Amino acid sequence: MSRIQSTFQRLAARGEKALIAYIMADAGADVIELGVPFSDPIADGPVIQQAAERALRSGTSLKKILATVRSLRTKTQVPLVFMAYYNSIFHYGEAVFCRDAVAAGVDGLIVPDMPPDEAGTLRPLAEKAGLDVIFLLAPTSTAKRQATVARLSRGFIYYVSLTGITGAKLTDKADVGKKVREIRRYTKTPVAVGFGIATPDDARQMAQAADGVIVGSALVKVIAEGDHGSAAARLSAFTRSLKAATLGNRELTVV
Amino acid sequence: MPETLVPALDELATEYAKARRDPKFKTELDYYLREYVGRPTSLYYAERLTKKLGGAKIYLKREDLCHTGAHKINNAMGQVLLTQRMGKKRVIAETGAGQHGVAVATAAALFGLQCDVYMGTEDMERQALNVFRMRLLGTTVKPVDAGSRTLKDAISEAMRDWTTHVRTTHYILGSVLGAHPYPMMIRDFQAVIGREARKQIMKAEGKLPDYLVACVGGGSNAIGLFTAFLKDKKVKMVGVEAGGLGIESGKHAARFATGSVGVLHGTMTYLLQDDDGQIQLTHSVSAGLDYAAVGPEHSYYKERERIAYTYATDEEAMAAFDLLARTEGLMPALESAHAIAYVTKLAPKLKRSQIIMVNLSGRGDKDVHQVARIKGVSL
Repeated sequence: MSRIQSTFQRLAARGEKALIAYIMADAGADVIELGVPFSDPIADGPVIQQAAERALRSGTSLKKILATVRSLRTKTQVPLVFMAYYNSIFHYGEAVFCRDAVAAGVDGLIVPDMPPDEAGTLRPLAEKAGLDVIFLLAPTSTAKRQATVARLSRGFIYYVSLTGITGAKLTDKADVGKKVREIRRYTKTPVAVGFGIATPDDARQMAQAADGVIVGSALVKVIAEGDHGSAAARLSAFTRSLKAATLGNRELTVV
Repeated sequence: MPETLVPALDELATEYAKARRDPKFKTELDYYLREYVGRPTSLYYAERLTKKLGGAKIYLKREDLCHTGAHKINNAMGQVLLTQRMGKKRVIAETGAGQHGVAVATAAALFGLQCDVYMGTEDMERQALNVFRMRLLGTTVKPVDAGSRTLKDAISEAMRDWTTHVRTTHYILGSVLGAHPYPMMIRDFQAVIGREARKQIMKAEGKLPDYLVACVGGGSNAIGLFTAFLKDKKVKMVGVEAGGLGIESGKHAARFATGSVGVLHGTMTYLLQDDDGQIQLTHSVSAGLDYAAVGPEHSYYKERERIAYTYATDEEAMAAFDLLARTEGLMPALESAHAIAYVTKLAPKLKRSQIIMVNLSGRGDKDVHQVARIKGVSL
């Protein structure tokens, strides 16, 4: 069982939902999603675009991020998922990337510009290497696509809560619940909801509808705004407030 | 491509396949191309240029005569008609030189569609005239101030808009780029150029040309001219990319000269990218060629060695602009001037009995300010 799968199971047994925290590669979340900066992130809104620009200006590269993960792995066993655009992986070399990522301690991979239709080469390589490829579904996805993604996605399914880009405003929360129920007809794989989840209140409502909530732009914003020295403390406080929102009926004592 | 857009791309592919088989669609498109765009455009024998260069006979396919001043309208009309069939009321587009933006703004005005055009702020500056033309046509021009502030970022931003408004909006991509069905569909809409040119040259000369030459940004005017001749093995084809300040300067957009295969904006093709797979900044005097990727079909023909690719520098394009203006009274778009620049090298090496056909893909009116600036003239 992969580290991602076992995390969802452990949380489910406790009646909790997963908090998936997205940070641009530069951390109380249950799963960490590490954004690999790309020059042309077409699925991302301004907050993550600017974070990518900052990261690239400071010389971040996929090789360096993998080195960071290796050193991080000596300190934590939290599941780590990469969010990387396809060209970053393609240019690195798909097979070599899967091998290096698993060796570094990466558990899963989200490629926002690679639907399953275009994953013909990467998916089998990742599977062989033991890397969970997490596919996305969107409000526009047809029933047929829901079934395909439900069958192929490993670790969890990333449900994009809105037709739009990361950091947009989430308005139709009721529709999210409906779509998650549709997806669950096809699979027992956990469904996590992301895009537009900005507050503990959003996280609470989405956690009721799904198995996990993914928070990205709002966290990146907390890091980017305000002085650098206190960024870790601000991040920690905000993450705790989000985690509290995903605990379900349990008391907040664990936090 | 992001999952959100995949169903829209599937819908577009289905609708386009239906339209392609529907004689009514063809009749309607032909009507607008003839009565509104002004097709067929002429194939003009550039006699003075031919004499001046002292070699092969040079014919210009006059896409500069199309309504709005460039070949871009051929595609814009096709896609706006398709938008009508899909029942969408809003169109968006990206633009580099502004020619595609103006073409879409024009077609949108003609059919009463809401239209927003994304344009990099650097391009808005060098193509201020086209920005104003779009506004006069009722289009909202949306400045893109990210990354290179040129075509690449305008496409990214248009894709983000499309992702957000995909249910009500059609994205009119301007060149043979992006995910399926765009490269194929846009090629089909532009192939009218080569179909006409083939008939015209047969009528004028009784034989096919020896060379076809066209500039290549995304590559729609080139593929539009070349497609009708691909099976004619004896017809050589040359695509001319933007050499910018020279290949060694690193400031250019010559993807085939120094690029490698990658994936950008939903297509696998030759790209300018760094060691980490990050898309590199490009440079060209002409906004329409200033893009880090090339249409995937060009990559295919490059690898099959059916089409040859070369480049012309900013300086060579400027010289070609002057030359064509003074010998023929034709000011080419700076994009098309790259094709002319290569012709000035090629023609003298060929026999007088040989024929070069060049796609004069657009007219230079839009570039007059830019040319003045480069020459240090204030208007």
